[in-house]
Amino acid sequence: MDFLTLIQVLDSTVRLATPLLLACLAGLFSERSGIIDIGLEGKMLAAAFFSAAIAYVSGSVWMGLLAGIAASMAFSFIHGLASITFRGNQLISGVALNFLASGVTVLIAQDWFGQGGRTPSLLAGGRFEPITLPFAEALRDVPVLGPLYYELISGHTILVYVAFLMVPLTWWVLFQTRFGLRLRAVGEAPEAVDTAGVSVVGLRFAAIVIAGVLCGLAGSYLSTGLQAGFVREMTAGRGYIALAALIFAKWRPWYALWACLLFGLLQAVALRYQNIDLGAFVIPVQVMDALPYILTVVILAGFVGRAIPPRAGGEPYVKER
Amino acid sequence: MTVMKSFLGAAATLALCAGAALAEPALIYDLGGKFDKSFNEAAYNGAQRWADETGNSFRDIELQSEAQREQALRRFAEAGMNPVVTTGFSMSTPIANVAGDYPDTKFVTIDGYVDPEEHPNVKSILFSEHQGSYLVGMLAAMASDSGTVGFVGGMDIPLIRKFACGYAQGVKAVNPDATVIANMTGTTPAAWNDPVKGSELATAQISQGADVIFAAAGGTGLGVLQTAADEDILSIGVDSNQNYLHPGKVLTSMLKRVDVATYDAMTAGPDLETGVEVLGLAENGVGYALDDNNKDLITDEMKSAAEEAKQKIIDGEIEVHDYSSDDSCPALSF
Repeated sequence: MDFLTLIQVLDSTVRLATPLLLACLAGLFSERSGIIDIGLEGKMLAAAFFSAAIAYVSGSVWMGLLAGIAASMAFSFIHGLASITFRGNQLISGVALNFLASGVTVLIAQDWFGQGGRTPSLLAGGRFEPITLPFAEALRDVPVLGPLYYELISGHTILVYVAFLMVPLTWWVLFQTRFGLRLRAVGEAPEAVDTAGVSVVGLRFAAIVIAGVLCGLAGSYLSTGLQAGFVREMTAGRGYIALAALIFAKWRPWYALWACLLFGLLQAVALRYQNIDLGAFVIPVQVMDALPYILTVVILAGFVGRAIPPRAGGEPYVKER
Repeated sequence: MTVMKSFLGAAATLALCAGAALAEPALIYDLGGKFDKSFNEAAYNGAQRWADETGNSFRDIELQSEAQREQALRRFAEAGMNPVVTTGFSMSTPIANVAGDYPDTKFVTIDGYVDPEEHPNVKSILFSEHQGSYLVGMLAAMASDSGTVGFVGGMDIPLIRKFACGYAQGVKAVNPDATVIANMTGTTPAAWNDPVKGSELATAQISQGADVIFAAAGGTGLGVLQTAADEDILSIGVDSNQNYLHPGKVLTSMLKRVDVATYDAMTAGPDLETGVEVLGLAENGVGYALDDNNKDLITDEMKSAAEEAKQKIIDGEIEVHDYSSDDSCPALSF
């Protein structure tokens, strides 16, 4: 494998990891506040559809992005209503949202565009274009660093840079601010937060709204950044891989970045090399596809340190009377 | 309870009578969905053409999950629909399970295979995809400047390998030194609807030098075609004519006349002749698409070479190896 191939695989890794990372951070906010979010997939799918549809209708990708975030937040709000306000089962609410998104996107797409559950192809202006960072062209011929900067770091859409900036931001919000402390506390011991006179319901809603925004970005990136339109079920299980990454990362932002990059790398390698010939034996491509899940099981089994979820996760908070 | 029972019974009888009187044909789309711009849409177009020409109507259903296959077949058969036309290789097992229970209903499986000895009321329609793929492979090799061409398959199944194998043979027939990069998107049905992965596969193939990519991957193929158009290389569509998706950027499309097969089955109606039918180049069951969108891409030279090869295949002078005959491919390793 030569240097250029390595760069290309890493470049592909960045593109594949971005939606995972955004969804993973969304799940992180939600689960840190004690709300388990199986519905990442559905929120991404809804956002992917509405951003592509509105971007097509309005001709502006930014309108599309806003619509995507709004759709994802609406789904978050339903999840909050079911699992926070009415104290329903969070898993069931999340699964229901996934099914709802899967059906509703195709239904609306068919009604609006009549193209069988897809949006028409977006033209320029309706898509996020790759950004060439300053000096990328000038530095292109510098050995090693030139291609690294030009191919790998430059030339992505703005949402990729936003996603990577979200990691330090998430860390800062969760671990350096009062809001973050309370958010983490509400996921560990909501009764303590309540005793201190802070609204558990308010904090949890705030967390899932943030999750909604992040899932909205992830969905928009899929349909208007990577692709030029929505295709039914286009998330193809990325929400679930993001959940696996979240467990793999033990609910921590920086670990989440590495977990998503690792899972992205595995996908990129699987896409680049179908079967990896190691001389003595051949690794079939299916092994690479399954590795994210295998690694998650290994982590959950406690081989690489223990993954301890937030203590109050999955339990609706009932104020004692 | 008894009132309910007799009510349901009456409703069922009514439904059966109504169905028997109508004998409309029915169409069951595979998981890719009715408007996949490809395989299932071709079936729909054929059925719609039949409906427009005859003034009759047909019933159809889009499957949402594997579990619905047998259920949908039974529903249509019990409602008296005849024939029940299905698309996709995955329908062959459900049809084999169901066909014996409805001996008066004719079932058609397009792309599937059901043993005609065991189930005399089933018609299996197969296509010689390897022949059509061979022709587009030739066109790809002639259009390629780099000598490297790509293939992106959907789910890794023998049928898709049959496409890849025919394609590779066509490429090698024109340029024996050409490199064919073949990738499959995945091993689950999700591989038919993952344009993001399709794009990444296309990008990877382009960076390895491919300048024509053949996508036989349903909805995933749309991502391949999009990336090819964005990166200014050529792509080849599949099943339906996909040349119009990116005019001037899609070299051609490997046509599989699912529409003709559906149309013929519906025209024959309940008197449909059952058995196994293979549609190849000779029957115009497969071919490549030429229209206004790609007329500047296919030169007369390319066209005449392809037409010559087509005639030779029909005459038996060129033997295109069929992957599904022995699960191996002389021109390509997977």
